[in-house]
Amino acid sequence: MNARLYVWQRATAAVMAPFVLVHIAVIFYATRAGLSAADILSRTHDSIAWAIFYSVFVAAVSLHASIGVRNVLAEWSPLGERQAGFLALALGLLLAALGFHAVFALVVA
Amino acid sequence: MPEASSQLAVSLWRGGEDGRYQTYGVPRRDNQTVLDVVTYVQRHIDPTLSYRFACRVGMCGSCAMTVNGRPRWTCRTHVAKVARSDRLEIGPLENLPVIKDLATDMQPFFEKWQQAKGVFAPSATRRDAIAQIQPDSPARIAADAGIECINCGVCYAACDTVRWNADYLGPAALNRAWTLFNDARDAGNSARMAAVAASGGCHSCHSHQSCQEHCPLSLNPTASIAGLKRRTALAYLKGELKA
Repeated sequence: MNARLYVWQRATAAVMAPFVLVHIAVIFYATRAGLSAADILSRTHDSIAWAIFYSVFVAAVSLHASIGVRNVLAEWSPLGERQAGFLALALGLLLAALGFHAVFALVVA
Repeated sequence: MPEASSQLAVSLWRGGEDGRYQTYGVPRRDNQTVLDVVTYVQRHIDPTLSYRFACRVGMCGSCAMTVNGRPRWTCRTHVAKVARSDRLEIGPLENLPVIKDLATDMQPFFEKWQQAKGVFAPSATRRDAIAQIQPDSPARIAADAGIECINCGVCYAACDTVRWNADYLGPAALNRAWTLFNDARDAGNSARMAAVAASGGCHSCHSHQSCQEHCPLSLNPTASIAGLKRRTALAYLKGELKA
């Protein structure tokens, strides 16, 4: 890990901390209030606030997880830093694609 | 010399990387150090045993070995403190190539020390006035906290990150870099910043604090590395560092 990756990983962690709390609070609220999927979608549909919230969350998760996995692979697997970087990049892109697809389904579709 | 109170069963690493432990019987004595035990084996049982020591009083840092699984200065470790059921296992330091028996090759350790720009880069000549350093300035206090390192390699042998990452510079080299960062007389910080912020530098540290736990001088390289992390992260955010 170098200074650039370190700063990005710490910065995304700082971003994620409040987002995780809000996300968990929303899950608790949705399950405790007995909201159905249709109820949830009716509240999130066309909501700019939820679109921004979960888009930023997905971006932070994708960056944070891929940097962490790159480090784990480089240290604990026979892969070199370059190969670990490629694999981690692929993971980050996959997480971003899945995450943004979910955000799209939540807000637009 | 006091009478031996009992016999120690001492397992010593013999051979190179592919060697094995061999057990010797050594008479136990009062106030006996682990280095005394190793020396006894070489002088009275097997003169081909290889090990390294010099000062015998904890100043030179050359007698570090793995004693019952922990890296220690053997000259400053009393047998009474570490022997379990009159047994000792003494091996070479971890994370360094074994030359023979208890002697390791310290070259990678010192090469990394140089990679971290651990050499003082003077900012003045002998014709300039002597620099006035305030002992109570924050920078000097930070430098003084790590300056007593004698490069024994104990922290390097204890470090998990060194074990996992062959490129990691290690606690001693980074601690040295941090002391120079805080030395007002040094002029090598831009090259040093690039060296410690690169892959394998300070950001590879996981802060396990094994270096701090095992340092015979009770220094805290983890704190020095944390200082480097803060300094380099700030430099990166200011655009002073291309990482």
